[in-house]
Amino acid sequence: MLDGRGAIQHRAGPRLWLSALWLGLLVVLALGAPWIAPKDPLAQDLMLGRLPPFWIDGAEPGYWLGTDSLGRDVLSRILWGARLALTVALVAGTLTCLIGATLGLMAGFLRGASDLVISRLVDIWMAFPPVLFSILLVAVLGPGLFSIIAAIVLIDWTRFARVVRAEAMTQGAMDYVASAQVAGRGRIGTMALEILPNVLPTIGVLLTLEMGIAVIVEAILSFVNLSISTDAPTWGGMIAEGRTSVHQAWWVLVFPLLALFLTVLSFSQLGEGLKDRFDPVLR
Amino acid sequence: MTEIYRVEGLHLSLADMTRKPLLGAAPRIEILKGLDFTIPRGAVLGIVGGSGSGKSTLGRALVRLLEPSSGSIRFEGTDITHLGEAALRPLRRRFQMIFQDPMSSLNPRHRVGGIIAAPLRLHGFDDVAARVGRALDHVGLPRGFAARYPHELSGGQRQRVGIARAIALEPEFILADEIVSGLDVSSQAQVLNLLGGLVRDLGLTLAFISHDLSVIRRLCSRVIVLYQGRIVEDRETAALFADPQAAYTRELLDAIPLPDPDQPWT
Ligand SMILES: Nc1ncnc2c1ncn2[C@@H]1O[C@H](COP(=O)(O)OP(=O)(O)O)[C@@H](O)[C@H]1O
Ligand SMILES: [Mg+2]
Repeated sequence: MLDGRGAIQHRAGPRLWLSALWLGLLVVLALGAPWIAPKDPLAQDLMLGRLPPFWIDGAEPGYWLGTDSLGRDVLSRILWGARLALTVALVAGTLTCLIGATLGLMAGFLRGASDLVISRLVDIWMAFPPVLFSILLVAVLGPGLFSIIAAIVLIDWTRFARVVRAEAMTQGAMDYVASAQVAGRGRIGTMALEILPNVLPTIGVLLTLEMGIAVIVEAILSFVNLSISTDAPTWGGMIAEGRTSVHQAWWVLVFPLLALFLTVLSFSQLGEGLKDRFDPVLR
Repeated sequence: MTEIYRVEGLHLSLADMTRKPLLGAAPRIEILKGLDFTIPRGAVLGIVGGSGSGKSTLGRALVRLLEPSSGSIRFEGTDITHLGEAALRPLRRRFQMIFQDPMSSLNPRHRVGGIIAAPLRLHGFDDVAARVGRALDHVGLPRGFAARYPHELSGGQRQRVGIARAIALEPEFILADEIVSGLDVSSQAQVLNLLGGLVRDLGLTLAFISHDLSVIRRLCSRVIVLYQGRIVEDRETAALFADPQAAYTRELLDAIPLPDPDQPWT
């Protein structure tokens, strides 16, 4: 009667704790940026331009990861840039998820008119190339945090809607749904209490993926100078600047790129890792 | 009133999505073609028939998971044929269902205790935890199973949970749709004995759908034989087995492997 079936999936692979470690560290650093960052991220000093990171000859103490062409501290700018990246990831990711998953759940489970409208909308939406769409949107809305988040939500809700709809349709055909009806549970109650718990692991994976995507989109928009005000420290902005001087000062490009890469990778691994760890059902 | 269900002229048709034209509505196929029967209170009614004969459709109409297209279904004198979900809700406690596939009918992300408790809460029962415990006792599962997930149980145990969920509501009628067909032979016998015992002890009326006449013979007092959406025979079990009237019933009987080939069915 007692067998190992319940125990097997409860080992957390390295990808869960490595990604959680990096993201946790990043959150702490971002929150603490005003106190942790060694320099003012905006302070320019042309006398200190293009200083190399600390282990290379010619480094200046206090400028751990070097400076850019205007003499701004790279480490401090990365830390302040993390604030924007994480804000966008959390807010845009969550909003996208809430809107997309709700619509997908309604379309997939309630079917009928709601499915007709939502599926049609998704089809139309998907016809636009997303990056172009987001640049266009921000250009129209004007740069700023709100525009970035609005652009991400407006573009990516379809990702959730499509996947969740398909999953909800599969779940809707299961007998436990009929059983809930026999018990007298209403449609909305069944959707929230029976279907949703079964779609939640998928939603969780999509959500963390989306947070990673949000970080990339923010970087792209910063890269093309459509993010928040132009001299505010953003990873995308730093990458854009670093690209132009990569032969003289590679560190201006490489460190923000590395931060971006690790963050996006961690978000994508976190979701899968959490699902492996906490989903009670063996797949 | 001695009957719990009275079914008259029951027709039911479903949209045939496989033959839906690109534009316009799908053609409807008639699955139940005019059924008349009653289920006496306290009876164990067997519903038999080959695959696709409409047994599950009939069962789902009885518990109003499906709406008939015409005719009438009366439950305890109340016409439930076309009742909406809101009007059905207070009645739903009184007719319950056990499903064929307990893997699909138990929500994989709810614990056994929650699965049995949810309908009780919906119908405003007090002392839910105690009732869940008693329901588990009734079906012979340890109370500790309340904390388990369905995938941590065997097939027979899962089906017991399905039974516990149905009887916990203290219904008057239970529909069991092929509830042992997915189980191995020894679990089948155990679940059937359990169900038989519960029906006696709790004074339930049971409709038992099966394609297996030997199972029906053990359990049921009365049998309806369905063939292509029509009732071809509706009689006491003993009489049916002794002297099948319809050709189709004889075919079904001949298909049962006898323990001793020379022994007649009496
Ligand atoms: N949702 C449906 N849509 C269209 N036809 C269906 C549907 N469900 C069942 N049928 C058809 O109705 C007939 C009876 O099905 P069912 O009641 O499940 O039979 P049984 O339980 O006796 O095997 C079958 O021919 C089946 O193909
Ligand atoms: Mg069936």
